[in-house]
Amino acid sequence: MGWALLVIMTAPFAVSVVCYFAPVQICRGLTLASGVLTFVLAVLLVPAKTTTALSGWLRVDALSIVFLIAVAFLYAVTAVFAIGYVLPAGGNGSAARYNRRFFAGLNLFAWSMAMAPLVNGLALLWVAIEVTTVVSALLVAIDDTDSATEAAWKYLLIASMGLGIALFATIVMYYAGSSVFGGSYELFYPKLLGVAGHFAPEVVRFSFVLAVLGYGTKMGLVPVHTWLPDAHSEAPTPISAMLSGSLLAVSFYAILRFYQVTVRAIGSTFPRNVLLAFGVASLVLAALYLARQRDLKRLFAYSSIEHMGVLAIGMSFSAPIAVVGVLLHVLAHAAAKGTAFFGAGSVLRKFGTKDMSRIRGGIGALPWSGPMLVLAVLGLCAMPPFGIFRSEFLIVSGGLADPRDVVAAVLIVGVTLAMLGLSWFTSQTMLTPSPEGVVRGETSVWIVVSMVIGLAALTLLGVHPPGQLSDLLHRAAGELGARP
Amino acid sequence: MVVVPPVPSSFSGGTEAIALVVLLTEFAMLRAPTARSQIRLYAFQSLAVSALAVFVAATQHIDELYVLAALSFVLKVVVVPGIVLRLLRGTRADLAGSNRFGVATMVLVAIGISVFGFFVVGNLSVHSHSLPAPAFGLATAVILVAFLLVILRSDVVSQAVGFFSLENGVSMASLVIAAGIPLIVEVAFLFDLMVAVVVFGVLMRVHHGRGRTLSTEALDRLRG
Repeated sequence: MGWALLVIMTAPFAVSVVCYFAPVQICRGLTLASGVLTFVLAVLLVPAKTTTALSGWLRVDALSIVFLIAVAFLYAVTAVFAIGYVLPAGGNGSAARYNRRFFAGLNLFAWSMAMAPLVNGLALLWVAIEVTTVVSALLVAIDDTDSATEAAWKYLLIASMGLGIALFATIVMYYAGSSVFGGSYELFYPKLLGVAGHFAPEVVRFSFVLAVLGYGTKMGLVPVHTWLPDAHSEAPTPISAMLSGSLLAVSFYAILRFYQVTVRAIGSTFPRNVLLAFGVASLVLAALYLARQRDLKRLFAYSSIEHMGVLAIGMSFSAPIAVVGVLLHVLAHAAAKGTAFFGAGSVLRKFGTKDMSRIRGGIGALPWSGPMLVLAVLGLCAMPPFGIFRSEFLIVSGGLADPRDVVAAVLIVGVTLAMLGLSWFTSQTMLTPSPEGVVRGETSVWIVVSMVIGLAALTLLGVHPPGQLSDLLHRAAGELGARP
Repeated sequence: MVVVPPVPSSFSGGTEAIALVVLLTEFAMLRAPTARSQIRLYAFQSLAVSALAVFVAATQHIDELYVLAALSFVLKVVVVPGIVLRLLRGTRADLAGSNRFGVATMVLVAIGISVFGFFVVGNLSVHSHSLPAPAFGLATAVILVAFLLVILRSDVVSQAVGFFSLENGVSMASLVIAAGIPLIVEVAFLFDLMVAVVVFGVLMRVHHGRGRTLSTEALDRLRG
């Protein structure tokens, strides 16, 4: 299956280059084809234990595949959504240029995110994630408004500074390894994991804290989250969906790679405590901020911070079931948040605003995407039968089995607070009577299709995750040191 | 494994002095009055880091580091400052007034944070074959002062240069503790920096084009 890795490495990149020159109709088709191809290949990789290519420089194991699926799924569904979202250029030259740049950027962004779980080693992982930053910063700025420029600048600066710290973490981990391997070696995962027990504990600790702080900036952990609501709300909606559903997950993946080495080197107590501190801060603050939002996309951005907090808290529990829950949560969050942002995009198209005080009667105005947006929000609130219910249930079960079960209580309170904020604003905007003059109807069938796919996946993850997927999640949890 | 010759004390003193120059340049950036001086200081700092790489290459006989030093010189001393200066051509490049505090306060805070960084990593008892271990503490201090530069200056040039110089700090740290890191990885890091520089430059230009200023004071629309 090494060829699959090579195809994933080349297809989105090639499509990105073609899109820069091709007319928008071709861009749409190629992006969709590339998204679907990447997703199909990611799914085909599921049964394999590990797959390598390019003399070991590309390597996926169960953990990488979980994140690759999250990225590829959202890439494919966003490609569907983008067909309906990006307006046809008509005879307008600047609109055609915008569309070309947009599709080229979208594919390049998806490519860089898919590369992160594909590459073998902490150093190349950093390179891939830095590329995601520069590409997505340009995409945040693409609308060329004052707010978009401000958001892009803050994002680029804060995320780059964070990644500077992550690079420092990578170099310190390299130093930890040099005590075993000597001066010059590659930072490949199996190699590091094999000898991590011999690393100097204080150096590994230092590296782990730097990694959580550095990659945590990209993941949106409080207090280094400040770029996130701005970038998510000002980016074009397809990009917001990918930022929230895949980019944050990929940054979490980077933290998990450091976690893996750290656990082997010094045991799991220290890394779990670090993640717990960041996780609780993120969950609680995001839940409180959710209650005072006025902008629909900012609302979902804070919900992302909340869910990243849930992931970090989940990793802080010692029970293996919580780790399985965390990995399922990554997939379920990608599906739910993607669908929610697509719904927000539909509302934005219909009402021409993100200001929730000016949006009323969403369900009446948007007969399909309106109700589906409400369902996606219910999914984000961890209501059954959706995937986040199952994943948070697993995490809380693990938390109750943990000696520090009070954290599980904090988790439940935080998630409930967040639910109040999310459901209040959604009911205000969607479940109220439509104002006069708003024409009932969808803006694009593609938007509806993308939301149907997202909701279907979210429901599948909640009701009956496929057997092979469950097996994959358990294998990945085992790779993270969680063995029943 | 590389055989390690004993490090002579004059060498040790010389390299520590260069590492200190890197840190002092970071301090100078805190108060640079114009975009041009800010970028020249960055070029000078990069030159010092490249010189350190040459020292390590010579004493440790790591030939790959010569390539890295050459690349780092070309990119960080010539190309990056060139690109940024070119992008800023025609802008009003005066950065005076972008200090959030007075110069004395900023320098005092920077001294405090440098001391903190220096002693915190001192506790890690780092053993280096390539450079004297205190250089690692100095590199950490550079990284922390780079953060101050970004936080305490409210103009896009200083903030971007803050990020570039943070990368210089990390490069210096890697020369101390990870001199043998494979060349391909180092080149990938440098390439990434180049891409980031271009994107920083583009956004700086867009920012200037919209507001006719390099100040970030107006970037306060998005809150909450």
